[in-house]
Amino acid sequence: MAAEQKYESHEYDVIVIGAGGAGLRAAIEASAQGARTALVCKSLLGKAHTVMAEGGIAAALGNVYPEDNWKVHFRDTMRGGKLLNNWRMAQIHAQEAPARVLELEEWGALFDRTKEGLILQRDFGGHRYARLAHVGDRTGLEMIRTLQQHAVHKGIDVYMECNVQRLLKDGERICGAFGYWRESGKCVLFKCKAVVLATGGGGKAWKITSNSWEYTGDGITMALDAGADLIDVEMVQFHPTGMVWPPSVRGILVTEGVRGDGGTLTNSEGKRFMFNYIPEFFKAETAETEKEADAWYEDKKNRRTPDLLPRDEVARAINAEVKAGRGTSHGGVFLDIASRRPAEYIKRRLPSMYHQFRELADVDITKEAMEVGPTCHYFMGGVRVDADTTAATVPGLFAAGEVAAGLHGANRLGGNSLSDLVVFGRRAGLYAAEYAKGLKGSLTVDTAQVESIAQELLIPFNGKGGENPYTIHAELQDCMQNLVGIIRTEKELKQALDKLATFKQRLTKVSVEGNRQYNPGWHLALDLYSMLAVSEAVTLAAIERKESRGGHTRDDYPKTDPKFAKVNVVVRKSKGELRISQEPLPEMPEELKKLVEEQK
Amino acid sequence: MATQEVTMRIWRGDAKGGVFKEYHLSIGEGMVVLDVIHAIQATQANDLAVRWNCKAGKCGSCSAEVNGKPRLMCMTRMNLFEPGKTITVAPMKTFPLIRDLVTDVSFNFEKAKTIPHFRPKAKEADGTRRMFQEDIDRVQEFHKCIECFLCQNVCHVIRDHEDNKKHFAGPRFFVRLAALEMHPLDTNDRKQLIKEKAGLGYCNITKCCTEVCPENIHITDNSIIPLKERVVDEFYDPLFRLFRKISGKTAP
Amino acid sequence: MSDNSLAIEDKVTQRQDLWWLEPLLVVLALGGFVVYATWAGLQNAHYYAAPYLSPFYSPCLSANCAHLTLPLIGSWWNLSPAILILWIPAGFRVTCYYYRKAYYRSFLGSPPACAVRDIAKTYTGETRFPFVLQNIHRYFFYLATLVVIFLWWDAILAFRFPDGLGVGIGTLVLLGNAFLLSLYSFSCHSCRHLCGGSLNTFSKAPARYGIWRVVSRMNERHMLCAWISLIWVALADLYVRLLSMGVITDVRLF
Ligand SMILES: Cc1cc2nc3c(=O)[nH]c(=O)nc-3n(C[C@H](O)[C@H](O)[C@H](O)COP(=O)(O)OP(=O)(O)OC[C@H]3O[C@@H](n4cnc5c(N)ncnc54)[C@H](O)[C@@H]3O)c2cc1C
Ligand code: SF4
Ligand code: SF4
Ligand code: FES
Ligand code: FES
Repeated sequence: MAAEQKYESHEYDVIVIGAGGAGLRAAIEASAQGARTALVCKSLLGKAHTVMAEGGIAAALGNVYPEDNWKVHFRDTMRGGKLLNNWRMAQIHAQEAPARVLELEEWGALFDRTKEGLILQRDFGGHRYARLAHVGDRTGLEMIRTLQQHAVHKGIDVYMECNVQRLLKDGERICGAFGYWRESGKCVLFKCKAVVLATGGGGKAWKITSNSWEYTGDGITMALDAGADLIDVEMVQFHPTGMVWPPSVRGILVTEGVRGDGGTLTNSEGKRFMFNYIPEFFKAETAETEKEADAWYEDKKNRRTPDLLPRDEVARAINAEVKAGRGTSHGGVFLDIASRRPAEYIKRRLPSMYHQFRELADVDITKEAMEVGPTCHYFMGGVRVDADTTAATVPGLFAAGEVAAGLHGANRLGGNSLSDLVVFGRRAGLYAAEYAKGLKGSLTVDTAQVESIAQELLIPFNGKGGENPYTIHAELQDCMQNLVGIIRTEKELKQALDKLATFKQRLTKVSVEGNRQYNPGWHLALDLYSMLAVSEAVTLAAIERKESRGGHTRDDYPKTDPKFAKVNVVVRKSKGELRISQEPLPEMPEELKKLVEEQK
Repeated sequence: MATQEVTMRIWRGDAKGGVFKEYHLSIGEGMVVLDVIHAIQATQANDLAVRWNCKAGKCGSCSAEVNGKPRLMCMTRMNLFEPGKTITVAPMKTFPLIRDLVTDVSFNFEKAKTIPHFRPKAKEADGTRRMFQEDIDRVQEFHKCIECFLCQNVCHVIRDHEDNKKHFAGPRFFVRLAALEMHPLDTNDRKQLIKEKAGLGYCNITKCCTEVCPENIHITDNSIIPLKERVVDEFYDPLFRLFRKISGKTAP
Repeated sequence: MSDNSLAIEDKVTQRQDLWWLEPLLVVLALGGFVVYATWAGLQNAHYYAAPYLSPFYSPCLSANCAHLTLPLIGSWWNLSPAILILWIPAGFRVTCYYYRKAYYRSFLGSPPACAVRDIAKTYTGETRFPFVLQNIHRYFFYLATLVVIFLWWDAILAFRFPDGLGVGIGTLVLLGNAFLLSLYSFSCHSCRHLCGGSLNTFSKAPARYGIWRVVSRMNERHMLCAWISLIWVALADLYVRLLSMGVITDVRLF
């Protein structure tokens, strides 16, 4: 029997997998282009990671500092990414972000306002000017709700709690996707001409993480399995400020907005230690004394406080302070806004941080300092895409948002993700629809391929008393946390590879209780497949990049290496094995080079 | 780390039926109900179904009824409860059960589709959108909604009277409608819909929605009652009608 | 692991706290007030003890009044003059958004408390007669505002003693009464709407926005105002009543 008859099946021009900011924007655009479009996501609509984003969305609107423009934003992004970024993506992003933000306003979003009635912008690490449009500290919520409501009114079909497991190909081309309903456990087949991946990252493979259960690297793995290239996957961002106490909330994010609004990092001796960690690269633009740093909050003509250096720098500094014995009793450092800003101001600017600490940690952030430490946060790397069209290296496959790579280089600046989502989400939808329209002939789904996937999905039900998926997951998280964390060495990375191999072995013997209906044990067993694949890719790429740059720090190669400045580490799968190579970065035009090199 | 023994009574079952099962385990400091559920999943019941995402009260996935009260499991600290007392966790009652703690909340997504969209007025002469903070403060409160649907769950209009589901949108959507109606740029008029299709009149302002809202949105005072007043303007107040007729204005 | 077969549907509630306490207290307090007010309103006696007029009888409108405020009704009216006026505050409170919540919950059990099952099997809320009449609340607000003006007038008159100006405990009681009833009336939701709640762009009407902000702040405590003013008005009547019956005597402060 053909797969279409055997399994519930749907046919569209474009399938968008993932309903965060990127996926929603892509679906809206594809459908506006006249493509029959469906949106598939594995949680309920509106619960994707985007909803958790706090601080804001970066766009050079110039409402607070008229000096700001796309060129400055471009420069900040490139420098923050340690020049590993795809320059063209960084350019498009900086140029188009303002229009995308204003478009959200057209669709009903309400950002905080300036005195003149325009969109207010706040300071964030690595951005020269106050640039982040925001809504208190719940910007992501505003964004996803606006997009979600817009998509619903456009009548786009949404498949919620539907977990896509593999992409299907007809020859070289994408022809569909296959997955299961979480509710019933039944399989479902999507036939389509183009797929947009917008599935986000894979931070759930780490123990201390700000990421939810969804971040298992499904999109990255599906792309890899379909033959697409990955780049920069060694670049994992550890956000400097996650909660550290109590243990059950360890890793939950504390927005950078706390520092943007005046909070400072101090160690157990009460010192603002960031002044000791200003790297050469940012010396010229960073304040050297507390007085100078504090003056910057009032007037951006001053040099900025080192508390707001890019995230990789701050995360490493905190790590070093704690290692040197100057951390808090729970292994973090202090983040203090209580002594620096009035309580009313804090509650108005950071309501959800106030709430989060009060409810979860019994800490009143208007009275006491918070305890914070690094937490795994964001994948800069992922699917390699064409800068203009977001096309992956497999025909018919597009990717946008956190799952795609290139824009952020070696380190992402805060606020640049939300803007990434709408800028490239729109482009993904646009070009996927265009591709689908231009596609001649018909595509056929290979029944045997589908059948074997369907079999594979049911393996965890076969045995009894086998491995517990939760145990494997916990061990994987320990492994990645300890061996592929903020500071890496070749020895540990190799150990990690060995462990990953045994996890893969053990995964074949996993067994779960119960039946197919809404069974989290089974879901986790399936998610482990992609978590392991992504972990392996990250580890291999981390071994390959023998230097320190951005989110990737090697204790055995502590310096940046000009040789590696010119290459992306590429991962692809061939004959079931991951292969690593180095490929040159696209060459930046002269005039842009000049922008980037400009000091201050 | 201080540990403590707890007994959890958790609903296990699906649409066909089920039972409360008891689980005994020890918990660590600072744990929330969701952590305990996860611990049970990892060690005693792999297939215990539960929804969650952010674990920080931001996504509104983990709604359930703990000791009979609708709450977010991820924001309910275990130290809220008297030590030694069994804690009961049940799924939301108003929505059809899928399995264990997971319910079918599609009612809400269907209602969302029926709400007329945002339609902005023309831009300012200089091509910008000018809105002042005082214009949007009120609506921003409504935009805090994380769609946990706890208010929908607790609202007796549908919780206890299944037949009202057809013609009652529920507090979450009154919040949504208020946000649209009070949006300084919006030009759509939804009063007829609010009165008829959304069934605002079914709400008897008994405020349970407000009591359970984890975002502390003053659902009843700030969205439902102002909407009721606007409906009165339009449909129940003869003087206002007269005033509108004479002045030719649509809004006061 | 032990089984505990108990279908969730079968219980009125899973709540384990004292959820029935609040509705019970409301029944006692509101019920008590209604009984007292009805009794006092029908007495047609002991509502004036110079210079104090009981708020239940104010404004006093019939020619037979012990202390006439406005002679609107001739002497043919020989029932209690309170009846002429008491329907206004009564209607105001019955249709008040707060009291609606209170009595829907505690008297009608719809619902008795949150996540506790409704007592009635069917439910149409405020869509049908009689509850659809709640929508006229704003008209009671207009009338109640008039009454409040008279209560202030009474409070002023309460300074006029036969031997000239002065202040007695009763003066303070009536002042407090006028003040609390003002707080209650002007923290009303309809008032909030009329002051500015109906606007969508506050920045275009700064004055109304300002008033709306003040009313909104009061409105947050509307329930508190409702209870305190309720209790106070009953005590004010009781005070005047006991004075006039000679049970107690007023203390002059000045
Ligand atoms: C706590 C926190 C705070 C943040 N704050 C900020 C900030 O202030 N500013 C900023 O710019 N960025 C911030 N970020 C980063 C930013 O929020 C994310 O990078 C961004 O939201 C990712 O969006 P996305 O659209 O790529 O994916 P997501 O929003 O994560 O959506 C992924 C979607 O893919 C779906 N999906 C995944 N796998 C599958 C599958 N197998 N089948 C079907 N569907 C699938 C999921 O269900 C989901 O709908 C923050 C992140 C976190 C965690
Ligand atoms: S106030 Fe109205 S909407 Fe809210 S729970 Fe009560 S009846 Fe439902
Ligand atoms: S209004 Fe409050 S209770 Fe209702 S869905 Fe939104 S956040 Fe949840
Ligand atoms: S898990 Fe997101 S609100 Fe509880
Ligand atoms: S008097 Fe209570 S709302 Fe009007």
